[in-house]
Amino acid sequence: MAQAQAAATSVTLTVNGESKTLDVAPWETLLDVLRERLHLTGAKKGCDQGQCGACTVLVDGRRVNSCLQLAVMRDGCEITTIEGLGEPASLHAMQAAFVKHDAFQCGYCTPGQICSAVGMIREGHAETAEEIRELMSGNLCRCGAYTNIVEAIEEVLAERNAPKLEAAE
Amino acid sequence: MSNVHPYVGRAQPRVDGPLKVSGLARYSAEFAAEDMVYAAAVPATIAKGRIVRIDASAAEAAPGVIEILTHQNRPDMPEEDKPYKADMVAVPGGPFRPLRDERVVFSGQPVALVIADTHENARDAATLVKVEYESETPTVDVGDARDGAYEPPEKRNGIPPPPPPRGDAAATFKGSSIRLEEEYRVAAEHHNPMELQATTVEWDDGRLVVHNKTQGVNNPKNYLCSVFGLDPASVEVVSPFVGGAFGMSLRPLYDLTLAVMASLKLERSVRLVLTRAQMYTMGWRPDTLQTVALSAGEDGRLTSIRHEVVQATSQYEDYQEPTVNWSGLVYDCPNVTLGHKLAKLDTPTPSDMRAPGATLGLFALETAMDELASKLKLDPLELRLRNYAENDQNDGKPFSSKELKAAYEQGAERFGWSKRSAEPRSMKDGRELVGYGMATGCWEAMMQPHGASAALTADGRLEVACGTADIGTGTYTILSQIAADAFSMPIEEVTALVGDTRLPMAPVEGGSWAAASAGNAVRLACAALKEELVKRARGLDDSPLANASADHVVFRNGRITLVSDEDVSVSYADLLGAAEGGRIEAMAKFAPDKDFKEKFSSFVHSAVFAEVRVDEELGVVWVERIVSAVAAGNILNRATARSQILGGVVMGIGMALHEETVWDRRLGRIVNANLGEYHVPAHADVKNIDVIFVEEKDEANPLGVKGLGEIGIVGAAAAIGNAVFHATGRRIRHLPITIDKLL
Ligand code: FES
Ligand code: FES
Repeated sequence: MAQAQAAATSVTLTVNGESKTLDVAPWETLLDVLRERLHLTGAKKGCDQGQCGACTVLVDGRRVNSCLQLAVMRDGCEITTIEGLGEPASLHAMQAAFVKHDAFQCGYCTPGQICSAVGMIREGHAETAEEIRELMSGNLCRCGAYTNIVEAIEEVLAERNAPKLEAAE
Repeated sequence: MSNVHPYVGRAQPRVDGPLKVSGLARYSAEFAAEDMVYAAAVPATIAKGRIVRIDASAAEAAPGVIEILTHQNRPDMPEEDKPYKADMVAVPGGPFRPLRDERVVFSGQPVALVIADTHENARDAATLVKVEYESETPTVDVGDARDGAYEPPEKRNGIPPPPPPRGDAAATFKGSSIRLEEEYRVAAEHHNPMELQATTVEWDDGRLVVHNKTQGVNNPKNYLCSVFGLDPASVEVVSPFVGGAFGMSLRPLYDLTLAVMASLKLERSVRLVLTRAQMYTMGWRPDTLQTVALSAGEDGRLTSIRHEVVQATSQYEDYQEPTVNWSGLVYDCPNVTLGHKLAKLDTPTPSDMRAPGATLGLFALETAMDELASKLKLDPLELRLRNYAENDQNDGKPFSSKELKAAYEQGAERFGWSKRSAEPRSMKDGRELVGYGMATGCWEAMMQPHGASAALTADGRLEVACGTADIGTGTYTILSQIAADAFSMPIEEVTALVGDTRLPMAPVEGGSWAAASAGNAVRLACAALKEELVKRARGLDDSPLANASADHVVFRNGRITLVSDEDVSVSYADLLGAAEGGRIEAMAKFAPDKDFKEKFSSFVHSAVFAEVRVDEELGVVWVERIVSAVAAGNILNRATARSQILGGVVMGIGMALHEETVWDRRLGRIVNANLGEYHVPAHADVKNIDVIFVEEKDEANPLGVKGLGEIGIVGAAAAIGNAVFHATGRRIRHLPITIDKLL
């Protein structure tokens, strides 16, 4: 083996509520740290260059392509991955809606779609199917589950908006 | 609890759904192994020629680098081609072997493998390997190679060559006044599943557990044993989840060979994940040039069909897919000539991609039919009905079932086809031109021998297993449904296992045969398990079922109960208590019924209707909606079945409007080998898709299943192209229909 590793930097990330401090090289992406170092393989790698959305996670509540983030840039941030949204026995509403609407096939784009959908709803710009389609277009699904994904998101949006409507009446 | 209503036929949610939506389903690059190292492949920068020199010194000196393998220092491998053809889906020729020798046969070919302590170090060092080449001029465009086109001397196993001509198509065509002859072309496409092709090899003191992205674990296992001379007992392939494949991962790919080569050499666990760009250095949907000539009488009856294709293949293999055969099959026509030739390119060998052949061939035929309808001033659907084939036109056999007429009717009704005005450019909505188009789809309903097991396990669950794969198709779920029904058990108490070479033998998952084949195998295994349970129940001391046979009992609520007397029963718990290891298992094999196949032809059919909107000033086309009416026999799961069709239709939208792999003809290199410049349909491209399953009874197998993986895409691109013609009056015969072609 050749010369020693370049200096690593200590980084603290709060991942799914747990604080993690690790030494990372400056060129390690958030996605690779999640997958290879923390074994949180729910965030997927589909392109490694910001073109597919499979790696979408929530950073301080906002959806980001984790393959385009260097881990050192996110020191001190809160990261939520699909594993942190819910587990099989206690699914997040968006995860449950995806199962109900068969909003996936191979499941590989799915964690990214779900994190992206959760982030998108928080952004508050999506109301109609048309808007959902536009704002979800950074998340590719080669299995073509798009119409079912939109239905799942619409259902979660409707549930979320329902109490608001009642309160307004 | 017993289920009165069977699970089969329902829209049963996927049993693997909760795992997939919570990120816990593990794909091939996601298995961790102790002390694992990472590999990265170095791609050739020329498309044709030879390696003159490799200078790996800078890479060797880079941090973390452990080993660099090239053709010069790789472990010994068999010289002859034969061992590499231990591939169930091999094609005629000599398979590609990574790091074989100094020859470069396609751009991006792996010429070295760097192994390092981390993924980042391997990736970085891979860029430092210096390779000098002697380059030759490559040919990468099928149009440039068509003059050398030839009929493949050796036919690909399992792929029917075009049937011999019938009647005299040439003379009939010549003497006909209503005729057309056109050339059609579909751009090269890449599968682009979302999961990157990857292999993780867990090395444990000479025993290998290989997690390889594959559509059938037994194929890589056989290949590895054959190529590396491994003892089958020392290697298992375990790939429970596959992140989409669409045909790409049918054959053993170079990530497998390289990862295992490195693992054996270093005696360590190795992970190799290809890059998105490297996903374009393997199989692809071949670029094709197709000629279709049709003639018809005044009554709209076809009098002749000629369909010839020149299909791309590599320099080293004769890949073949059934492209033109459909033109002899789907319409009633006395004079038919079909031809299939290959043209060699300096590219990787093409491979099966969702509905290989059919999707290309029926694009051409169904576009030509639309052109014929417009010549005859006949409704395109009416033209199909006038030429409806009541039996297999290629071999004269009756169909085991064919409810295509019902699909036409129900699809047209749902779509509102009757509202279509005949003239092109006659329907508008504001500034948009509106077009309606339709096409026919067809795919062979195939089956393959499959093994399966069924077991009652110590915790009282029913476990069914088959060495097939679930590539997103829903295999886990349908196998669970079938098993739950066999034992009148809640589906929550059933476990289905696939994707592991320790499970009963199955071939690759492709051609839409898995549901019928694995499904029937599991059904038989459940029946065998029932027999076994009754036998054991009879043998219990003082058994209340001492004289019972399988026909006299029912299986429900965890008990075997006498039909004639509900109070007489034996519990599974008692049988398991008496069983060695607390497990009772039975195996079964399913094989397609040969006599039935001798007598009948079995195909899946569809009628696809498309509405497009065209903004003529911008040249932009939108697919507003698609109705796909499918006749595919018995539908096991209405949710996963529908998803299969949706997925096929979406890929059809891509084929029609977006997808195109572009080569630089001078360098022989793909210029858009990424998801930004090779556009696969995104959310915004897909609006409304309506799927209809028409009633169809089929007896080719006991479940009545025909398979759905391919049919959704077949005909979709033609329906969209025909709709574009109806909207604009412009006939685009070269897919994709991009803005530049419409402006
Ligand atoms: S892996 Fe990050 S966008 Fe594709
Ligand atoms: S579910 Fe397979 S890519 Fe979306």
